[in-house]
Amino acid sequence: MIAVTLSGFVLATVVPRLASRSATVVRFVSTALPAAIFIYFCGFFRTVVNGESVTRTYEWVPSLGISLSFHLDGLSLLFVLLISGVGTLIFAYAGAYLKESGLGRFYAWMLVFLSAMLGLALSDDFILLFVFWELTSLVSYMLIGFDAERPAARAAALEALLITSGGGLAMLAGFLLLRTTEGVDRLSDLAAASVGTHPLYTPILLLLLVGAFTKSAQFPFHFWLPGAMEAPAPVSAYLHSATMVKAGVYLLARLSPVYSGSDVWTIALIGAGTVTMVLGAFVAAGQKDMKLAFAHSTVGALGMMVMLLGLGTPAAAEAALLFLIGHALYKGALFLVSGAVDLQAGTRDVIRLGGLRRLMPLTAAAATLAALSMAGVPPLFGYVGKELVFEAVLEGGPWRMLVSSGAVLTGTLFLLVALNAGLSPFWSKTGDTPRSPREGGWPLWGAPLALAGLGLVLGVVPSLAAPLVAAATEATTRAPVVPELGLWHGWTPALGLSGLGIAGGLLLFLARSAFLRASSPVVRWAELAPGRAYRAAMDGLNRLATAQTRLLQSGYLRRYLLTVITVTGALALYPMLRLPPIQFSWEPAARVHEVVVAALVVAGVGVAVRTSSALTAVAGLGVTGYGVALIYFLFGAPDLALTQFVVETLTVILFVLVLYHLPPFSSFSLRAARARDIAISLAVGVIIALVAAASMEGELDLSVPQFYSEASLALAHGRNIVNVILVDFRALDTLGEIVVLATAAAGVYALLRTRAGKA
Amino acid sequence: MNSLILRATTRLLLPLFLLFSLILLVRGHNSPGGGFVGGLMAAAAVSLYALAFDVESARRLLRVDSRSLIAFGLLVAAGSGIPGPLTGRPFMTGLWFSVPIGPDAGFYVGTPLLFDIGVYLAVLGVISTIVFPLVEEK
Repeated sequence: MIAVTLSGFVLATVVPRLASRSATVVRFVSTALPAAIFIYFCGFFRTVVNGESVTRTYEWVPSLGISLSFHLDGLSLLFVLLISGVGTLIFAYAGAYLKESGLGRFYAWMLVFLSAMLGLALSDDFILLFVFWELTSLVSYMLIGFDAERPAARAAALEALLITSGGGLAMLAGFLLLRTTEGVDRLSDLAAASVGTHPLYTPILLLLLVGAFTKSAQFPFHFWLPGAMEAPAPVSAYLHSATMVKAGVYLLARLSPVYSGSDVWTIALIGAGTVTMVLGAFVAAGQKDMKLAFAHSTVGALGMMVMLLGLGTPAAAEAALLFLIGHALYKGALFLVSGAVDLQAGTRDVIRLGGLRRLMPLTAAAATLAALSMAGVPPLFGYVGKELVFEAVLEGGPWRMLVSSGAVLTGTLFLLVALNAGLSPFWSKTGDTPRSPREGGWPLWGAPLALAGLGLVLGVVPSLAAPLVAAATEATTRAPVVPELGLWHGWTPALGLSGLGIAGGLLLFLARSAFLRASSPVVRWAELAPGRAYRAAMDGLNRLATAQTRLLQSGYLRRYLLTVITVTGALALYPMLRLPPIQFSWEPAARVHEVVVAALVVAGVGVAVRTSSALTAVAGLGVTGYGVALIYFLFGAPDLALTQFVVETLTVILFVLVLYHLPPFSSFSLRAARARDIAISLAVGVIIALVAAASMEGELDLSVPQFYSEASLALAHGRNIVNVILVDFRALDTLGEIVVLATAAAGVYALLRTRAGKA
Repeated sequence: MNSLILRATTRLLLPLFLLFSLILLVRGHNSPGGGFVGGLMAAAAVSLYALAFDVESARRLLRVDSRSLIAFGLLVAAGSGIPGPLTGRPFMTGLWFSVPIGPDAGFYVGTPLLFDIGVYLAVLGVISTIVFPLVEEK
């Protein structure tokens, strides 16, 4: 299972090279992978539906307690099948949609996304979940900015990345708090932990909610999703409608057994969900661009799912998951249709498009089925979902009035969007488009038709979806559910609400020009206002960075040295002031040769300070360095002394080489500057001496040196503890250090080369 | 720098320096020494050579581009961590083989030595990469 899940990563490394050879092979192989994954996971269907779950674990970083632990239950299976199934169709579509030049890069990222998203839905370990979560954000960034030459695409990609990965970091903080306070590191252990009684309960929950809300575009983080529509149509259909944006909903469903019913959870989810749902639907209704209308209505649909999970009843959870499937099918299809229309007609403007049913009959069929499902018209799957939603909100307890009216309003507006953006381009009279459209290659109409057709099949025979939805609901609510899915539930209040919604939507459509005129200022404001705060924050950050750079990066080495030394001295002084005063026990027990070496060190410094020749100064510093090395040697640090000797030698050589290029050492600094430098040097020198004296005073914890001196020979077969620590016990640190060294060398080399190039 | 004395001495000293740097590298696990100081020592030798003769000769002495040496050193050091996970232990776990040389004598060889060699090469590469252009500009 782990191998199957991660297979997309492997294939992604090959695809770009393969694409330069044969685009056909790439199209076929890339589409075959999600199909194969879909079939593989179908094999678990029976097990999971029977209420069992499958677990696979591979130890990844055992020392940190992080493992590749995968857990497949009803909820995961629902997502996995959705990801791989919808993925297959969208991968096929993309082959016909995209130009050949970018195909390899595109499929590579899509495959990475496929595996990351599967991993997200299957991860049991918190850290693993976070890794996959951020990976999907990263791929989303690459794919929104796929047309990297357009500034708008780059800006939208960055916006989406900053918001979703920022939320991911909040989620990580929540997970880490859970790990440290409760000792749980897996989702499946969460239910058993006593999360509810903990004092950090609310902060943890809020952090996790920020993660879920940013990913699933909930108010006030929703604005990145419409911006993400800069991406190519298959990306919008797959990441920003059918799968990735539902990751937040997935996380909420996962956390629901633990947190559902608490005040913070209920208020946050119902509040954010209801606002997002109504706002999204309302803004969607005012859009002229097909794709943007679908994007805003996706925001609204996500809001509805979050609101339903906030209600917390089994019926609401079931409605949320059923609606999630329905939404993935119809909205995926609609996005693909908008892409095909854009490609063929050259525009997505609903007002200019028209009469496409004669020119693109198969696309029209897909669009019609999908739009009717979105509108919630029987016998499509969207209707089944909507009925359940209405039933759930009518049982909404104290929130009943709010959520019911919100849901009916949203349903009404969705109908308007479906008519306006989904149906009217095909069924209105002939439009006026830049290009005369005709049907494209078979995947362009085949993929949306398959998605929309599935919506029809599941609508007529909803019992097909019942077992999976039941298993997923059970995983969400921990309560056994018997789903009653059907087109006809009798004369219920939910039916009344459906009728009300459809009638209202039709009325609005008939009066749509009046509606658009009345609503457009509000829509415009609602569209732009939240993004404004984001942009203001980003501008502020840039200004801060500029100011700080001006302040700190003067470009003068002496200024840098001054800053570094002063700050270090001040930082060293601060804890000294808080310690008890140092008791100097002055015992002049130094031996003669020690005094000589110390005098040598001081003499070296004296020469370096007094001389007017750069070369002499370097030599003086060299003497000081050798003297210090001698002191190391005398006091039992031969390793350090050896290194210091060689470093001193090399430093002098480098200095001499550099001095050769410098102007003569003639201009002296001003008196005032000299006085300042002397004062600072003396002060810092005294502070460091005090630190050294204080460190002699304190009690040393000898357990660490003792461990190393005992373990060095026994575990690492070495007697030189310093070296054993460097190359064995803490080899990773050393590796980091030599990487820093290599980076510094690259910098120096580049600087020297640039200068040479100029000369 | 065109000094006959320096050239003659360098020719004598270079093998000694390099040999000593290798000794430092190998014995580092038990006595003062190690890859870092060994690499520095070798770099000092190469720098001396570059000063006494010219950069071209020093480059020929190294045989490979000093920048490749950095990369190679990093690769060796990082690669010494791989056997760990391959045998089911965490990354960078030191693995040891005992090499018997006689009835009750012998020594241990392990991945940490490989790591130290990587450090040695990287340090040599870094210093040479910095020193060569400086000498060249004279």
